[in-house]
Amino acid sequence: MSSTSKKAGGKWSGVKSRFRLADYGFMVAFLILLLIATTMTDVFFTQRNLSNLFRQIVTNGLLSFGMLIVILSGGIDLSIGPIVALTGIMAAGLQAGMWFPAAMLIALAVGMTVGAVNGVLIARFRLQPFIVTLATMGAIRGIVYVYSETPQVPADPAFRTLLGGGFIGPVPVPALILLAFFPLVWIFLNRTTIGRSIVAIGGNEEAVRLAGINVKAHIILAYVVSGFFAGVAGVLLASRLGIAQPSVGVGYELDAIAAVVIGGGILGGGGGGALGTMGGVLALGLIDNLLNLFNVQSYYQQILKGLIILFAVLARRKE
Amino acid sequence: MNTSDFLQVRGIKKSYDGTQALKGVDFSSKAGEVHAVVGENGAGKSTLMKILAGAIQPDSGEIILAGNPVRPRSPHFAFLLGIRTVYQEFSLIAHLSVTENILMGQMPTGRFKWWIDWPGARRRAQELLESVGFTAIDVRATTSRLSVSHQQMVEIAKAVATKPRILILDEPSAVLSQKELRRLFALIRRLKQESVLVLYISHRLDEVFEIADRITVLKDGETVGTVIPRETTENELIKMMVGRPLEAIYPKRRKQPGDQLLEVNNLSKPGEFQNVSFSVARGEILGIFGLVGSGRTAVARCIFGAEQPTSGEIQIDGKLIKLKSPNDSVKAQIALLTEDRKRDGLIMSCSVCDNVGLATMDRVSRWTLLNRRQQKELVQAKVQEMSIRPPEINRLVRTLSGGNQQKVALAKWLLARARLLILDEPTRGVDVATKVEIYHLIGELADTEVGIILISSELPEILGLSNRVLVMREGRIVGEFSKAQAGEESLLACATGVDTWMEGSAQTLNSE
Repeated sequence: MSSTSKKAGGKWSGVKSRFRLADYGFMVAFLILLLIATTMTDVFFTQRNLSNLFRQIVTNGLLSFGMLIVILSGGIDLSIGPIVALTGIMAAGLQAGMWFPAAMLIALAVGMTVGAVNGVLIARFRLQPFIVTLATMGAIRGIVYVYSETPQVPADPAFRTLLGGGFIGPVPVPALILLAFFPLVWIFLNRTTIGRSIVAIGGNEEAVRLAGINVKAHIILAYVVSGFFAGVAGVLLASRLGIAQPSVGVGYELDAIAAVVIGGGILGGGGGGALGTMGGVLALGLIDNLLNLFNVQSYYQQILKGLIILFAVLARRKE
Repeated sequence: MNTSDFLQVRGIKKSYDGTQALKGVDFSSKAGEVHAVVGENGAGKSTLMKILAGAIQPDSGEIILAGNPVRPRSPHFAFLLGIRTVYQEFSLIAHLSVTENILMGQMPTGRFKWWIDWPGARRRAQELLESVGFTAIDVRATTSRLSVSHQQMVEIAKAVATKPRILILDEPSAVLSQKELRRLFALIRRLKQESVLVLYISHRLDEVFEIADRITVLKDGETVGTVIPRETTENELIKMMVGRPLEAIYPKRRKQPGDQLLEVNNLSKPGEFQNVSFSVARGEILGIFGLVGSGRTAVARCIFGAEQPTSGEIQIDGKLIKLKSPNDSVKAQIALLTEDRKRDGLIMSCSVCDNVGLATMDRVSRWTLLNRRQQKELVQAKVQEMSIRPPEINRLVRTLSGGNQQKVALAKWLLARARLLILDEPTRGVDVATKVEIYHLIGELADTEVGIILISSELPEILGLSNRVLVMREGRIVGEFSKAQAGEESLLACATGVDTWMEGSAQTLNSE
């Protein structure tokens, strides 16, 4: 290889050309601002608040990972909200007849199946992702109510104490699950042929197809992964709340899209990554948490979130 | 410089993404003149025209129109100055009707301001099309349904509809048939009498010699000179364009073609091409020449498996193969360098490494887990070997110049060790220096027993590289020429079907 100095120079310019300041600068500035805000309230750094914060971002974190992969492939998945409700209510309801891990696995399989249906409709029949997942969003919500109009209470208490309500040391179990998935998603997107192919498909689908890669299979897989993450989120949410509501998850897809976009993602593919998305999830979670601590009404929270998304996109605008 | 000149351009410079596209262009034109601007791909012709049209801003230099310095800040401003441009890439809105496109921004309204007078609009559009001599187009048709050449004519009608003072035509003949080109020339002659200045960009010298009053030659972003057609020859013009004698551009081949590699028998796809049969030997460069729309790209895509032929067979090494998708062809070590690298060759938002390594990820991974270091080493070596500049594999492909982008697209297939390489317009939008590098690379590949199909509409390229040339017209192979038989006139005559140009030097094989 070349000499060290030359290598270092090449490496830096490579890093510079990959990470434009505009992509992440906004988010870094924003996180710093939030950290300053946290010092203005003495409640923030209490163990109780922090574990609350982490439990709250788990759902959006998991959903955002799935959404990120779908957005990188050039698509979008609006159906994750109802999948959260469906998998939650199944994981709770099925416990009446079986051991709870089995109920969970069935729920996850159902989530992935919905993802596969989305993926097949989009990749095989060449339908627009927005329309397909809008349709399944409505249909799955209906199925949830057909399955059960009333909230389901999980039969096995271990379901709650081990997962949603569990702690390892001071850290809640759901937060650990989210933190465990984070490196896996990063590795998937950066170090596997499948992940690289999905990222490439979002950049130029036809070029990837002509490079001899099975584009359809990869697109389907992206939606299956999204369905899987929605399933995990649904099961964990039911476990944390100790009850599975059929009405849960409305608008979750929008929060996930917001996190991906704040983290540098580009709708339609061609930008975004695990690191940025994690940052976006943290940013959104922190806003909610802090505004709650400062007793700001939830309506104002919504307005503020909307403005932040707009600023994130404006800051990244080319030219 | 003569002050009576209607348009003067002085010292225009422009760089993009670190590449200097224009390094100082000067020329001047009179009203009522047809001024051709010629140069190789990448010479800066299109950039110059975009600057005049207000689509992009120059870094420095001045434009003087009728004695006044002007700066077309936007396409709208250029429009107000009377500058109309017909681009190579169409600016028509595909899902709107021909009428709406021609009258864009000036649809006639009825009693109320927002009420469109449709019958009036159609009448006006029809009149405009007739006034420029294009009568075959239905003004009610959706624009995307028109043939490419008709779309081009709509585009020209739209430009002429609004009384231009300067009309810029960027490679207008690329998609026009001979007959349509005659109509365009008649229109240009009429505009001349109305003292419109026509700037005619082309790399087809025969056209330029016919229509232009003066010719300005650009090379590598600079003006080489302005000449008058009757005082020069095509060869002198080429020398000005290329800057060196022609012989050095093409590689000297060391080896003769070997055994047969590919055989195509009676391949057909209705609407695209019919009964196409030919063979390619190891180490042979088979040129396929034909105008746009002759079916050459569809044939290439079928051999690569990107499209499916309805009948016919393909054999590699004497064995029948069925290519259901590009996946199969990549496994069979067949590669296709596509015609339009931005559309379907490269992933602009990804790095050089991702693009070059795209077709060979299987080789550097186990259980789908990518060995990034191994991949980077392979790619880095290829990048160095092909002198892709800058040699930084983490750089986004978007930031490279056209020529280097093309090298990246080619590097992908060289890394995949293609045995049969199909090159569809391999030097389109590539600067002259890179072009020569690509030619030599093609020659070296052929010398290492790779079979090459070279599709191009640039005659010098076909003639300079090919061992053998096929000519396609309207979806059929209409001629086969050995290297000795092939000449510019004979190939063009064969490709356009105009017999009067035949010099009797080649035998034309008419397939049934």
